[in-house]
Amino acid sequence: MQSGSLVSPNASTPSVPERKSAAAEIRGQDPAVIAKMSIANLSFYYGKTRALKDISLTIPNHQVTAFIGPSGCGKSTLLRTLNRMNDIIPNVRLEGRVELDGQDIYAPRTDVVSLRRRIGMVFQKSNPFPRSIFDNVAYGLKINNLTHSKAELESRVEASLRAAALWEEVKDRLKESAYGLSGGQQQRLCIARALAVAPEVILMDEPCSALDPIATQKIEELIVELKEQYAIVIVTHNMQQAARISDLTAFFWLGELVEFNQTEKIFTRPDQPMTEDYVTGRFG
Amino acid sequence: MYSLRWRKFIDHSMTVLTALCALLVIGALVVILGYIVANGVRALNWSFLVNTPKPIGEPNSGIANAIVGTVILISLGALIGVPVGILAGVYLAEFGTHRFGNLLRFLIDTLTGVPSIVVGVFVWTIMVKPMGHFSALAGGVALAIMMTPIVARTTEEMIRLVPQNLREAALALGAPRWRVTIGVVLRTATSGVATGVMLAVARIAGETAPLLFTALGLNYLSTDLLHPMASLTFQIYYYAASPYDEWHAMAWAATLVLVGMILALNIAVKIFTRNRHA
Repeated sequence: MQSGSLVSPNASTPSVPERKSAAAEIRGQDPAVIAKMSIANLSFYYGKTRALKDISLTIPNHQVTAFIGPSGCGKSTLLRTLNRMNDIIPNVRLEGRVELDGQDIYAPRTDVVSLRRRIGMVFQKSNPFPRSIFDNVAYGLKINNLTHSKAELESRVEASLRAAALWEEVKDRLKESAYGLSGGQQQRLCIARALAVAPEVILMDEPCSALDPIATQKIEELIVELKEQYAIVIVTHNMQQAARISDLTAFFWLGELVEFNQTEKIFTRPDQPMTEDYVTGRFG
Repeated sequence: MYSLRWRKFIDHSMTVLTALCALLVIGALVVILGYIVANGVRALNWSFLVNTPKPIGEPNSGIANAIVGTVILISLGALIGVPVGILAGVYLAEFGTHRFGNLLRFLIDTLTGVPSIVVGVFVWTIMVKPMGHFSALAGGVALAIMMTPIVARTTEEMIRLVPQNLREAALALGAPRWRVTIGVVLRTATSGVATGVMLAVARIAGETAPLLFTALGLNYLSTDLLHPMASLTFQIYYYAASPYDEWHAMAWAATLVLVGMILALNIAVKIFTRNRHA
């Protein structure tokens, strides 16, 4: 309890007080912050290869949780288990539980389509559809029948583009191809597209790895703003980025969760020597 | 270690060799097209396009019936073959990853290789014989059988080129699989799929053998699908095999018309499928 660690010793029944206290400690004074998602004893296999080993952690609401670790440590795999994006890969197997608001998302009756609407995702490589800027953002609204009139659709597209800090740059060329935007703009468009369907959690898989420092800074500022409304999970190779924008950091190594703690603690006085070696650049 | 001079020599020779081969291919095309145009224009005029065939020696003989017939037969073939082919290609690319998909792929490749005359005889057996007479409908079915495997395989290839991350982007927004397939995957692959369809249309437009046993041919203008129908390829075959110089010239002109139609269709599809957002 005192350590503030979110790695529960008995994660199949994570104790609520522990989660609350951990989150509250970060927020300073808000004990109402609760876990949005929780992962318990999760193992993941690609064929016979075990990519994730007995992972347990909780993802609090209105916080940025960063996954760090060297390439191949399983952080992206873990991220993709959170919206069941790994389902589309053949020959994979999962053990353990992943919960969203206390509901097991791998339960047989889970509607994966509506689950993915609640958990938005931004990918490493920006992947706008080969359509106009407007249609990219409107796509999720249209397929989910979230708007009832053209005016409502337009206002939600605008709101999403504004939330992604892209509106001013594209408002005069909404009908033009999304492929005409710069890399950083395309990535913010992908964020706007994810925000449009009003998800509860946003997963980001190295969203800045292909961007220049200025575009990266814009996205980072955006992430910090967005956490007011969403639970955000970000995979990053950039340790400074994790230190700058996240509240909690999980360090993975070879498919294992080495340490999960407040970002400040991870980067200043981590519990594990291995974490310290990694964040100080001694390996990885 | 090879000397720098030797490597440069190999480099230059291979560049020249590949360029020569490319020229040879294009050269063959140019010669064929040039020959068709040179021979075709002599008998080509307006009356040739708007009149039906007349007995030898009579003026104002034309191929209007064959032009109309070819358009109808190709449309009929495409109407049946294109949807089946595209859907089969979608299945193979998006869902046919297992053993059944591989078997299907093998069968489709086999079907592509079946000689067109065999397709003609097959359709004669299942349609012409039971119906008791040749018909445009049977011709359309024969052309569809020729088309389907080509469309299916090119559609599959084009869909495989659609980046996986576009599918993931759509799935992550809560799109059901079928909407991803139609709204994102097929849509992104549209121009490639259209090119495949065009290749298939161009291929069947030049077929004579399957029509010989099915639509046969007709010297009159007819749009009745249940009766024999003229086609450009059949008309070319008929005129070219005749002993008359006048008909030989008409065969060349009909060839030019056929090639021109395929070219026009190609250009039209290129314009319509030009992806504004790609």
